[in-house]
Amino acid sequence: MERLDTIPVVSASSPGSAVGVTGNVLPLLHEIRHALERLARDRDPTVIDLRAIPFAPGDEERLLSLLGRGEVSLVLSALGRSEIRESGYPGVWVVEHYNDAGERIALQIEVTDIPAIARSQVADIEESSTRLNDLLMNDNG
Amino acid sequence: MANSKTLGESLRRHGVTRRGFLKFCSATASLMALPPTMVPAIAAALERAKRPSVIWLSFQECTGCTESLTRSHAPTVESLIFDHVSLDYHHTLQVASGEAAEAAREAAMHENQGGYLLVVDGSIPLADPGYSTIAGISNVDMLRETAAGAAAIIAVGTCAAFGGLPKADPNPTGAVPVSEIIRDKPIVNVSGCPPIPVVITGVLAHFLTFGALPELDRYGRPMVFYGQSIHDRCYRRPFYDKGLFAETFDDEGARKGWCLYKMGCKGPMTYNACATAKWNNGTGWPVEAGHGCLGCSEPDFWDAGGFYNALSIPTSDVTGTVVTGAVAGAALGAAAALLNRGTQGEAREKHATVTVDDLEKGV
Ligand code: SF4
Repeated sequence: MERLDTIPVVSASSPGSAVGVTGNVLPLLHEIRHALERLARDRDPTVIDLRAIPFAPGDEERLLSLLGRGEVSLVLSALGRSEIRESGYPGVWVVEHYNDAGERIALQIEVTDIPAIARSQVADIEESSTRLNDLLMNDNG
Repeated sequence: MANSKTLGESLRRHGVTRRGFLKFCSATASLMALPPTMVPAIAAALERAKRPSVIWLSFQECTGCTESLTRSHAPTVESLIFDHVSLDYHHTLQVASGEAAEAAREAAMHENQGGYLLVVDGSIPLADPGYSTIAGISNVDMLRETAAGAAAIIAVGTCAAFGGLPKADPNPTGAVPVSEIIRDKPIVNVSGCPPIPVVITGVLAHFLTFGALPELDRYGRPMVFYGQSIHDRCYRRPFYDKGLFAETFDDEGARKGWCLYKMGCKGPMTYNACATAKWNNGTGWPVEAGHGCLGCSEPDFWDAGGFYNALSIPTSDVTGTVVTGAVAGAALGAAAALLNRGTQGEAREKHATVTVDDLEKGV
């Protein structure tokens, strides 16, 4: 009987091809292209949840490598780490959320000018103004 | 115990920022298999959500469902949910046992009369109540008593939902699912042996978020997770459509990742979220590991004709589903079904036993 490590593991296609084993990546790229057109025309943003896509092994890597990396990368630290990065196609962002244990809990493509979660949030802005106020009051007193 | 603090208040008390809350809501939307456009609605609902009381009863089961739940892979989301639900009784997870545990159950029932969520795993033996008792109380009595004051019931696992393994032919304990005993309460069947962890928590999150149960299919399962067959979402489907099948576990087709239909895959008759939610922290799922789907989220899957026999017409009430699956399949799939005519004949007789020989020779 063959030993496990003697069985060759080959991936059926290289990450450079959009088609892959199943052709799942191609329609997704078309969806992103349509979303970009909507964004340019109507300022209408789109979020695609990649957990809902039945990826074959290697599809995710293929998609992300085809999208490439752009000029902006952000790290968010809130309830664990999140990475928000613009792809090589401005307007197409890859958002990955991790939990405290470093496990990924969400992977999304956002087609927008900036993902909403990267902005300072109104409630937090109000709270920071109160906190700064308190700090100055204490300093004065 | 349940309290009146909303989730929004309790998160703020723990120093969670609005950004953290938004991240939590995005992960929750993804967990509940809802589109990202629902995030604002989820945020608004979670902000106001109150902490519900949950009573979890385990009957004839293997504890696999609880194992699955406690290994769900998004601790940030789940721990927030579990910090926020009050799990008042779960005899595997709680410290108290025997009469002290029963006292906790009665107190929770009394305090949250009409408002608690009842989660059940395991089937209920009716042939002789002595087959399964807790603190001397028969399963059927405990279920009736606890269901009476519940707002809704979630039957977790194929045993609670459809009878599962205990009900497999010849059903020695007279096992029945929850729905055959309780008829006057909303019941959600979260089937699977075990169910996908994020599906269990997704349903709990739905109840916590919206205070209501999700839309259900004809077997009482949430449509968002069980609305599509494994086959329709399977990444190997293009091979099925082209008629490219693996015939044994180590042939060329198996190595190239072809369709597992001829090796007994039950994907075409099985409705579950494995192909997208996946297992083991999203690493993979049975078909991705090279083994056909067993159909574990369907009624009577143990008696559906042998795990390694190519899909045939089973004797149970899943027939309708199977026929739909087969019709939806391409002509090549039908041709493959014809090749297995002999197997079908056997499977039509009540249930075909799988022998070690079957396992060795594949189909
Ligand atoms: S028969 Fe099984 S392996 Fe083949 S496409 Fe359907 S679900 Fe996938």
